[in-house]
Amino acid sequence: MSVASEDLHTRGSGRDVHEEPGGHGTFRDYMTGFLASVVLTAIPFWLVMSDVLGNPRLTGIVVMGFAVVQIVVHMVYFLHMNTKSEGGWTILALIFTLTLVLITLVGSVWVMYHLDTNMMPADHGMHMPAPQSTPTEPGVAAPAPHQHQH
Amino acid sequence: MFSNPDLQKLLFGRLTLDAVPLHEPILLVTFAMVGLGGLVVLGGLTYFRLWGPLWRDWFTSVDHKKIGIMYIVLALVMLLRGFADALMMRAQQAMAFGANEGYLPPHHYDQIFTAHGVIMIFFVAMPLVTGLMNYVVPLQIGARDVAFPFLNNFSFWMTVSGALTVMASLFVGEFARTGWLAYPPLSGPAMSPGVGVDYYIWALQIAGIGTLLSGINLIATIVKMRAPGMSMMRMPIFTWTSLCTNILIVAAFPVLTAVLSMLSLDRYVGTHFFSNDLGGNPMMYVNLVWIWGHPEVYILILPAFGVFSEIVATFSRKRLFGYASMVYATVVITILSYLVWLHHFFTMGSGASVNSFFGITTMIISIPTGAKIFNWLFTMYRGRIDFDVPMLWTVGFMVTFTVGGMTGVLLAVPPADFVLHNSLFLVAHFHNVIIGGVLFGMLAGITYWFPKAFGYKLDPFWGKTSFWFWLTGFWFAFMPLYILGLMGVTRRVQHFDDPSLQIWFVIAAFGAFLILLGIASFIVTLVVSFLRREELRDLTGDPWNGRTLEWATSSPPPDYNFAFTPVVHDHDAWWDMKKRGYVRPVSGFNKIHMPRSTAAGIILGMLSIVFSFAMIWYIWWLAALSFVALAVVTIGHTFNYARDFYIPVDEVVRTENARTALLAERV
Repeated sequence: MSVASEDLHTRGSGRDVHEEPGGHGTFRDYMTGFLASVVLTAIPFWLVMSDVLGNPRLTGIVVMGFAVVQIVVHMVYFLHMNTKSEGGWTILALIFTLTLVLITLVGSVWVMYHLDTNMMPADHGMHMPAPQSTPTEPGVAAPAPHQHQH
Repeated sequence: MFSNPDLQKLLFGRLTLDAVPLHEPILLVTFAMVGLGGLVVLGGLTYFRLWGPLWRDWFTSVDHKKIGIMYIVLALVMLLRGFADALMMRAQQAMAFGANEGYLPPHHYDQIFTAHGVIMIFFVAMPLVTGLMNYVVPLQIGARDVAFPFLNNFSFWMTVSGALTVMASLFVGEFARTGWLAYPPLSGPAMSPGVGVDYYIWALQIAGIGTLLSGINLIATIVKMRAPGMSMMRMPIFTWTSLCTNILIVAAFPVLTAVLSMLSLDRYVGTHFFSNDLGGNPMMYVNLVWIWGHPEVYILILPAFGVFSEIVATFSRKRLFGYASMVYATVVITILSYLVWLHHFFTMGSGASVNSFFGITTMIISIPTGAKIFNWLFTMYRGRIDFDVPMLWTVGFMVTFTVGGMTGVLLAVPPADFVLHNSLFLVAHFHNVIIGGVLFGMLAGITYWFPKAFGYKLDPFWGKTSFWFWLTGFWFAFMPLYILGLMGVTRRVQHFDDPSLQIWFVIAAFGAFLILLGIASFIVTLVVSFLRREELRDLTGDPWNGRTLEWATSSPPPDYNFAFTPVVHDHDAWWDMKKRGYVRPVSGFNKIHMPRSTAAGIILGMLSIVFSFAMIWYIWWLAALSFVALAVVTIGHTFNYARDFYIPVDEVVRTENARTALLAERV
C-alpha cells in the first residue's frame, strides 16, 4: 500500500524498541488453533445431530458457549492476539472494541425495553413484534387495529 | 420524450425532464448563478492553462499537505452553500408572519433546513477537521506522509463525491425534507417516496467511506510513524486529540453505515427494520443513529480543542498548563461520548432509570471539558500573551463555548429537556457549541497554520474584522433563539401566527447578516493576504515562535517535510530544540523515498457519483455498469506497482541549500 510508510516504519514508533511487526505465529500455533477449532466445531454438530442433551434450548446455549470459545481460539491463534503484539496496541484496541460493542448492545436493549414506559398504559401492543399485523387473506376479517394482547 | 414508456423506464429509471425544477424561480436563479460561476472558473482554468498542473500537482497527489488543503477548500466552498441555506431560512422566518407566507413554500423550506444541517456537518465541519488533521499531524510527529498515502487521496475523493451528490440534488430532483438525521417513518418509503432521502443516503454512505478510511489512516500514522523519542506522552495535544477523534470515527461511523443501509433496505426492497409494521420499530433508528451521532459531536470538537491548546501555549509563550490532565480529559471524553446518546431522545418515553442514567452521564462529560477550559485559562495566567488573530478566536471561543456548554448541561436535565426538546433553545445550543467551538477552532487553526501551508501570514486587519463580525454575528443570531426556545417556539417551522415573536427573528436575521460579513471578510483576508504576500512572507518557517515540530521545517514545507527525521527529547519538541541551541544540518543529505501520485482515487470517486446517481434514480443498468467499473478500477490499481520514486539527492541538496541561504540572509 504505502512506500512512505515502509520507509518510515523503520524509524520506530516513539519507543526505540522494535517488536516484531505482526507477531506471526509458528507452525505449531497454527496447528493448535486449527485442531482446536475443528474440535470446537465438531462437538456442536454432534450435540445437535445426535440430540445428546435432549433439550433444544439447553443445546442452543451450549452451542453458543462453544461459539464464544471458538472466537477466542481464532483471535489467539490466527489473529495472534496477545498482550505483547504491537506493543500492546492490539489488545488495547480489542478491549476498547469489546467495551463499545457491549455498551451499544446492552444500551440498545435496555433503551428499547424502556421504549414506552412513560406512555399511556393502553398503548402497548403497538411496538410488539405483533403477529396480528401479518397480511390477511382478502375476505377474512382483519383483526381490529388496536387489539389488546395483554 | 419516448413513445415507449417501458423503454424510457429501462433507460432512465424514474428520471424524467420534470425532475429538473424549471418551475421554481429561486432554483432557476441559483441555476443560472452556479452555471455562470462554473463557466467563469472552467474558462479561467482553460485560459491560464491550469488543467495540467491542477491534475498533476493536486487532484492525483498523494501528498498529505495538498490533500489537507484540498479538504479545506472543499469545506469552504460547501460553507458558502450551507450558509446560503442559513440566510434563506433566517429571511423566511423573519418575514413569514400572519398573512405573509414568506417566499419559501413548506416543501422547499423543509429541503433547505435538511440540506443546511447535512452540508454543515458532513461537508463543512468534517472536511475542515479532516483537512487540518491531514495537514498538521504528519508534520507534528516528524513524518514524511501519512501511513497510506493513496488511501488518503481516495478518502478525499469519496468525500468530494458525497458533496457533489448533495449538490446535484439541487438541480436534478429534490433533497430530503426530513431533517438532517432523516428519522423514519418520515424518511421511509411511504412518507418520502421521492428521490430526496435517496440522495441523502447515498451522499452520506459515500462520504462515510472516505471518513472511515481517513480515520484508519491517521490512527496508523500516529501510532506507527512518530519521530524517534516521541512517546505517547510527548505527543503534541493536537495530535492527541486527532488520535482520539480518529478512534471515535473508526468506532462510530460503521454504526451510521449500518443504520443507513437498513433504511436503504426499507426503501429499496421493502424490509421492515424501521416501519411500524411487521415487527419494525422507528425508535431503533433513532437509537442507532444517535449511537453514531453523539460520538460525532466529539469527533468534531476534539480537534478544535487540540487547536486551541496549541494556540494558547504558543501565544502565551508558556508550556501548556496541565499537559497530562489535558490528555486524560481527552481520553475520558472519548470513552464517555459513547455513554450519553439517549439525551437526544429523552422524550421518547423511556422510564426514570434510563433517563436519569443518561442525564447523569451527560452532566459528567462536562467535567473533563470544563477541566480543559481551566487548563487554557491557567496557561494564559501570567503568560506574555500576544493577541494575534488565532488567539482572538481562542478567547472568543472560551467565552462563547462556555455558554454553549452550560446550556448543554441544562438540557441534560431530563425534566428540563421535556420542555425544551425540539425547540429553538436546542437549535441555539448546538449552534453555540458548533460555531463557537468547532468553527472558531477551525478558523483559528487555519489562521495559525496558514503561513506554514503557503509561506505567508494572513492579513491581521481583515482577520480581526472577520473575527469580530463572526463573534457579534453569532451572539445576535442565536441569543434570540434561546429566548424563543424558552418561550416554547419549536424548530423547523416555516410560518408563524403570533406577531409578537417577529422581532426576535428579525434580530436573528440581523445576526446572520453580520456572519455574512464575517465570511466575506474571511474571503477578503485570503485575497488581500495573497496580494500582500511579499510583505507577509514567512522566511523562517517559524513565524509565531512555535513549540511543535511543524515549525521546525520551512514554510511551505518541502515535499518530503523533513530532510532529516527530528529526534525528540521532550514535549514541545521544537521549543526544546531551540532552547538547547539546535543547529540545522546543512550537509549529508540522502535521496528520499516517496509515494507516487495516482489517478485511481479521483477515478473511483467519480465512478461512485455515477453509481449513487444511478441508484437514486433506479437506473439499474447504469448502477450495475458503474459498480463493475468500480471493481475493475480497484482491482486494476492493485496491479499498479509504480508506486514509489526517489527524490534525487541533488534536488534535496538544492532545496535545503536554498533554505540555508534564506535563513542566512535574515540573520
